[in-house]
Amino acid sequence: MEIPYTLTARPDTGLYNGKLGIWLFLASEVMLFGAIFTAYLFVRLGASDGTWPDHIQNVWYGFANTCILITSSITMVWAWVALKERKFNTYRLALGLTILCGLVFLSIKAVEYYSKYEHFGFFIKQEAMDKYQPELQKMGAYYGAVNPFWKGFEVRGHLHEETPEHFVIVPDQSPSYLVNFAPKDKADSAPQASSGGEEQTLTIDQSDVVRYGRLLPKYGTYYAIYFLVTGLHALHIIGGVVVMTYFLTIGARMYKRSPEQLSNRIEVTGIFWHFVDLVWITVFPILYLT
Amino acid sequence: MDDLPPSLEASALPAPASVPPSRGHGGGHDGDGHGGGHGDHGHEHHELGFWRSYIFSTDHKVIGIQYLWGGLAFLYFGFGLMLLMRWQIAFPREPLTWINISNHLAYQWDQIWYHLGFLSNAPTTPVPVPADPNDPPLIQLIFGKDQMPGGIMTPDFYNTLGAMHGTIMVFFGIVPVAFAAFGNYVMPLQIGTVDMAFPRLNMGSVILFFLSAVLMFGSLLVPGGAAKSGWTSYTPLAAISDQPQLITPHFLNLFGQLPVLVTTETPFHRDGYSLFGMHYLTWSQGHAFKWPLWLTGQSVWIIAMAFNITSSLLSSVNFITTIVQLRAKGMGWMRLSFFVWTQFVTAFLLLLAFPPLEAAAFMQLMDRLAGSSLFCPEGLVVGGTPLPNSGGGTPLLWQHLFWFLGHPEVYVLVLPGLGIIAEIVANNARKPIWGYNQMVYSLLVLGFLSMIVWAHHMYLTGMGTAVSSFFQLTTIIISVPTMVILSSLIISLWGGSIRFTSPMLWATAFLPLFGIGGLTGIPLAFNAPDTFLHDSYYIIAHFHYVIAPGTIFALFAGVHYWYPKATGRMMSEFWNKVHFWPTMILMNCIFFPMFLQGMAGMHRRGFDGGATYELLNKNVLGWNWFISESAWLMGLAQIPFIINFAFSWKYGRKVSDNPWEATTLEWSAPSPPPHGNFIGPVVAYRGPYEYSVPGDPTDFTPQSEPPATSKPIHISGPHPQDERSVGFPPLT
Repeated sequence: MEIPYTLTARPDTGLYNGKLGIWLFLASEVMLFGAIFTAYLFVRLGASDGTWPDHIQNVWYGFANTCILITSSITMVWAWVALKERKFNTYRLALGLTILCGLVFLSIKAVEYYSKYEHFGFFIKQEAMDKYQPELQKMGAYYGAVNPFWKGFEVRGHLHEETPEHFVIVPDQSPSYLVNFAPKDKADSAPQASSGGEEQTLTIDQSDVVRYGRLLPKYGTYYAIYFLVTGLHALHIIGGVVVMTYFLTIGARMYKRSPEQLSNRIEVTGIFWHFVDLVWITVFPILYLT
Repeated sequence: MDDLPPSLEASALPAPASVPPSRGHGGGHDGDGHGGGHGDHGHEHHELGFWRSYIFSTDHKVIGIQYLWGGLAFLYFGFGLMLLMRWQIAFPREPLTWINISNHLAYQWDQIWYHLGFLSNAPTTPVPVPADPNDPPLIQLIFGKDQMPGGIMTPDFYNTLGAMHGTIMVFFGIVPVAFAAFGNYVMPLQIGTVDMAFPRLNMGSVILFFLSAVLMFGSLLVPGGAAKSGWTSYTPLAAISDQPQLITPHFLNLFGQLPVLVTTETPFHRDGYSLFGMHYLTWSQGHAFKWPLWLTGQSVWIIAMAFNITSSLLSSVNFITTIVQLRAKGMGWMRLSFFVWTQFVTAFLLLLAFPPLEAAAFMQLMDRLAGSSLFCPEGLVVGGTPLPNSGGGTPLLWQHLFWFLGHPEVYVLVLPGLGIIAEIVANNARKPIWGYNQMVYSLLVLGFLSMIVWAHHMYLTGMGTAVSSFFQLTTIIISVPTMVILSSLIISLWGGSIRFTSPMLWATAFLPLFGIGGLTGIPLAFNAPDTFLHDSYYIIAHFHYVIAPGTIFALFAGVHYWYPKATGRMMSEFWNKVHFWPTMILMNCIFFPMFLQGMAGMHRRGFDGGATYELLNKNVLGWNWFISESAWLMGLAQIPFIINFAFSWKYGRKVSDNPWEATTLEWSAPSPPPHGNFIGPVVAYRGPYEYSVPGDPTDFTPQSEPPATSKPIHISGPHPQDERSVGFPPLT
């Protein structure tokens, strides 16, 4: 028993089975990511004024990852073409480069995740604002707008020490990483002198804090969506890398038996990989550039 | 392909596929008797052991049968959950013990005799007998002190049963049987191919489905009980349910041997996540241990659904690829049987509608485990305590994502049923189905429209009148293609010489009952009446008429119709009638009174069957016990089917390959078909429903039968004699 059209295209559809299968699978993937992007729109449009973080990401990390993924798409096609031309060594080189790109992408992503993990955000009660504002301004630190529900303002930084009474934090000062939501003039008037010196700490009373946490999904809806989208995307990258590693090692043995089938498989993998690339090209503007 | 002269297609092939009717009498599992002449088939088959043949098989027929057995068992289990709930509805807060059951039986027996005039005194309503605390009733031993204390159902356990009933019936009962089982078994045979396009992927779908079933049924055993937020898992109820600080200690405590929940810890740490939030549990001996949040009922529900969705997605990719790529020679699009068309559209619905629910499931899992607030609004207060989450989400988002799946899912449940009925109606009326073309086009329109009607489930959420009006319009439009299909099926009966075989009994019952379900949906499509009828028993009656006497009758019809193909044996006609008549009558006894209850305003989710609002709906409360007892009787009425189904497998009457004298391709294969399905190559020479062709010696002409003439014939449609196939008998 042999399934027809696994290797060659069916004349009236012009497709072999695997190719149609992957396109159908991608249709479902479009709906999957489409639903998440819809959710992004919903929570972003429904967010109370001033609570949706703005330009919160380090654009350069995202830009680097975009370049890496586009490069990997090129090497992916290269690998397929090499197989079609029966150049096995070129195929291995190109596929190896694609895997490498995938791994570099994941590494950069891990760095970004870690930076979210090690940061803390504190919502401080509105009435306690006068107590901390002068010191924060003197340090050149940035603080965020008042959330109408929590009635607090937001300070971010590294947690230095936590006692039952106090938090000792090192507030963030780098506007490239965390941009404040305060009025423009306040941000401009803040002295920048402290950068480069030893870490300046700020002590906050526990009783003044409404809530605090790492910049993880629980911290806010933006972070929930951010981790959801990028996490799901990273899972797709991991899946692609695993499959490609298989075709570079064990699966490559098929080259001797049926090079055409191997090149079909690489083509199908490539279609998937380009789709993952495309998803990132949508993620990058909506999460990094806004 | 459709327009090629059949004789040219056939010339490229060695032998026609017509099989002598004497073939296929042997009921053996291995198919050696059929595949013997073809070395490949027989040889390959010998090497497979038990595990590869029956458990991890890649053969579409074995997989179909796996889904069938699993799905039917889950259907009965899900029905059983409802039977428990019906006790609580009929006799609220009464202990479910033998003494109470027999008291009620005696009371109603006396009532009957009293009304017939044989008893002079009216019997008195039985007083519930409380259970002895020292001698707990069986039901408490099974479900635990926390869920059935003294045999009395707690409201939370009632909710658990309701949520699990819906989930199991829809996702683990009907979809596996209607789509996966019949689709896997019949569809490749009907398009004339050897197997699915991706057999190993097919096996993967079964394994994922099995895992999801293990998780879903296992969730009945976790501390706190299974999911209890309805099968729709509306947030924020579902997002916060089973959170340790809110949980009430329940446990399906099998005879007191398993741990019970004693204390809890808050998951809402002010810092970080609740991912590792734990319940503290203790064994009955007093050893404390922790129970992770991701293993509580609602979380397991989500994870199981994610597996189930993935399984469905892979299946649908497989189905569409198979139908597009693997059609036999001559099998043009308009020569596909209507059943294959329904599977095709259903697969597209699953493919495109399920992923949003998967995304929503991930989000709800994040809300539950990582403490995010995607579906939780700001200022949410639970039990008087403001939840310390960030807020900013919206419950409407969940409803949109859920119903974006949920409504196409309705058509996923219904369309395969319509396909089965079309096959059976054409076969047993001995004439082509009326209006094949417009049925197919209606089906495609139906598939498209079903994706844009979802928000008619949400009229009462305050979406706004503009949005509601849009969805009201599309909902009304979708009734047009549905009516085209149903009317075509009914008109197909006109002028036929109907054979009331077992499948045809179910099919003829399907048509009017499905019609009731469809027509009662029209008031719900409009905003104004829906405002009144929403969340009442009217809704329950409406969608159960569509799915229970609708789809499930179609499933019974399909089981009877294809049973001889799958086993080479026939199910008993007598026991089918013993099954059919009580089921048909009791089905109406169950669901018709619910229309009355719903129109009187009875709310569908009240755990005591409306007793709390007795002043409002006392006129219809009396139906509760009538419905409940009809349901219990219907549970008994399924036993003839179970026996018939199981025993005929081995002891049924042996029949030929084509016992129904049907035309579609699957009847050209041996029964049961061997590995690889057909003996020799298959060619479809004609449309699927060539019944009673004038001039033909028999009243059926199989698709695989070559035309009598050697001259090339130009065939462009399913019915070469169109003036015959679409005609009413002349009205004189």
